[in-house]
Amino acid sequence: MLSWPNFFSQFFNGLALGALLALISSGLTIIYGTLGVLNLAHGAMFMLGGYAGFVAWQHTGSFALAVLAGSLFMVVVGVLIERVVIRNFYRRPHEDQILVTFGIGIVLVELVRLGFGSDTVSIQPPAWAMGVTPLGFLIYPTYRIVVLGIAAAALLVLYFVLYRTRIGMIVRAGIEDSGMVDILGINVNHVFMLVFGIGAMAAGFAGIVNAPVVALTPDAGDTILVETFVVVVIGGVGSFPGAVLGGLIAGEILSLTSMVDPSYSEVMLFAVMTLVLVLRPQGLLGQQDRA
Amino acid sequence: MTDSVGRVSSRRAIIQGAAAGAVATLLPGTSRAANEPAIGTYPAGSSGDTVFIGITIPRTGTYAVPGEDVLKGYQLAIEHLNAGDPLIRMISPHTSKGVLGKQVTSGVADSGAKPNDAVQNGSRFISQNKAVLITGSVSSAEAVALNKLAQREKVIYLPGISGSNDTTGKDCVRYSFRECFYGQTAAAAIAPVMVKNIGKNKKAAYLVPDYTYGHTVHQSMEQFLKAGGWTTATAQVAPLGAPDYSSYLLNIANSGADVFININFGNDAVQSIKQAQQFGILGKQILSVPYNTPFLARDVGADLMAGVYAATDFWWTLEDRFPLAKQFVAAFEKKFGYKPEWGANAGYMQLAMWADAVERAKSFYPPDIIKAYEAGPEIQSTVGPVRFRGADHQLIRPVIIERGKKKADMKSADDYYEVLEVVPGEGLMQAPDAFGCSLGPAT
Repeated sequence: MLSWPNFFSQFFNGLALGALLALISSGLTIIYGTLGVLNLAHGAMFMLGGYAGFVAWQHTGSFALAVLAGSLFMVVVGVLIERVVIRNFYRRPHEDQILVTFGIGIVLVELVRLGFGSDTVSIQPPAWAMGVTPLGFLIYPTYRIVVLGIAAAALLVLYFVLYRTRIGMIVRAGIEDSGMVDILGINVNHVFMLVFGIGAMAAGFAGIVNAPVVALTPDAGDTILVETFVVVVIGGVGSFPGAVLGGLIAGEILSLTSMVDPSYSEVMLFAVMTLVLVLRPQGLLGQQDRA
Repeated sequence: MTDSVGRVSSRRAIIQGAAAGAVATLLPGTSRAANEPAIGTYPAGSSGDTVFIGITIPRTGTYAVPGEDVLKGYQLAIEHLNAGDPLIRMISPHTSKGVLGKQVTSGVADSGAKPNDAVQNGSRFISQNKAVLITGSVSSAEAVALNKLAQREKVIYLPGISGSNDTTGKDCVRYSFRECFYGQTAAAAIAPVMVKNIGKNKKAAYLVPDYTYGHTVHQSMEQFLKAGGWTTATAQVAPLGAPDYSSYLLNIANSGADVFININFGNDAVQSIKQAQQFGILGKQILSVPYNTPFLARDVGADLMAGVYAATDFWWTLEDRFPLAKQFVAAFEKKFGYKPEWGANAGYMQLAMWADAVERAKSFYPPDIIKAYEAGPEIQSTVGPVRFRGADHQLIRPVIIERGKKKADMKSADDYYEVLEVVPGEGLMQAPDAFGCSLGPAT
């Protein structure tokens, strides 16, 4: 349906979708960049964060507390998973790492299913963010605009932590060469644990923020995981700015293609990923040796 | 299998066979099962004291919730069959306890609504458990795939929920029988009600899941609404299990449609309706659900479903019209603690009618069971008398048209819909060969 109002609607929607994808992908990409582990449980962490937020919201009725409690819970879960399982796999082949994180994902999904069933659950956004906002060319759900703001703010915080703090500097150094960081006397194990915790939190945080938009089910992470990987591949594996750029590109591809024919939106996403892999295998902002 | 061949050739078996043959000549329609050649899992699957039913059903993914409902219908039916419950004997009058005196056991495997997984489950039940029957589906993609497996393996298969025209249309097989209503019957039943209540010459926006079910229901709806002068403003085709419908819904919001026809099923229907409300679509366009999904009203809430037109297979307040529905709802609620949705009804009825066919065939020999089905006698059901159509193995059964009640009008927490019409099935169905059904051989 080609018309200017629809184009602007879809472009704006792509931005909102992209910001969320960027946030989830940034968690995945810093985990891979630092730890070298491809975390296939990332989608499950997105889902688990949503459920953690849901429980907190049920008990407190406060959206802000749900976001806070859910995010903290995910840091703890992330740290625990890293300590108990992932740590034993750093020296194992990539196939083992993929299998074990895939397994963790299944366990998390089935545990949630055991506790909550397969029915959908939703978190209500705060009262002021409900309803629709007229934006001139379209009416748009107010909360989705809020999501765009929250995701952008969260990305800024992540940027600040990674690029303006000492711990961020160590993490970025770890992404470049974790062996050298170790030699310099920094406890790499602690850094790895922290990074996995932050990565899990980014996914979980996105899960909570997204829960009022898309009702939660135990399988909510499946599609997100695939899209997140595409984002990371387009943006460049291990690159935080790459995840942001890749997220926005993916959001726009999904949204703008569906203006012409929605059944091609995912095809286009994969077509662009293929194109990037052919022309620039390390991703748009990735580095050659890391790809 | 060697065992049974040996037994057939024994003196006793020959006498038994001859006796059965004599009875068969006296009673037309009965079989001489003991002498039939091995086919599929016959006779290995029914040579002991028990028979095994393989249930493959989505317990995860977007169709998990209706899947669980269908499964509970199966569980109640199996319990009733083994106990010889009066309810199941109203549907299958020859049933005493079990099926042909054999207790029914079952196994359940999750298909995730994926055709490949469903076929793997079915194959495993056939090879490992010698299942005499495979049943279950919520997606027509899995039903169609299992149809093909059933025909190849010569083991009877019964879809659970399957709304595509193809299941008993171009992908029909001799070894499969469908209980539930489907795109064509849904559209034929609901379209006139919509034209009558909403008006003529309206513009419709469709949200269509991208597989056989979605496409055939969409096609049938367009065809029947055309008679009322309705046109299509847009048709948005979305993949199964799409979590975020925003881009599709923006197209629908900008399409200028009067009516929003949502063909999604399961969690997809829940998500897309909730999101449509976020985009302000439900205030501007009238929502219609031509193939209503179990638990939709409970999941999206009465407020969003008030005034929504939907076609369905069964709704619990039919207990006021049909005595069997009353018994079924009571028995189901006693066992599972909630009012059965239409998936449970489909599951229960499928197994009850299969037991009836086996009892009438007096054998587990599949070609005889198929003949018993195809004979198409009138069967009592939870929606009144029904019968199978031999030419495409589709049950001729009514379609229920319902409308969402306002919260204030609900008499109990589960009283979401008002049943507007129970439209008789015969007039809703296409000619048996209109969708290219060719059943294939029984042997």
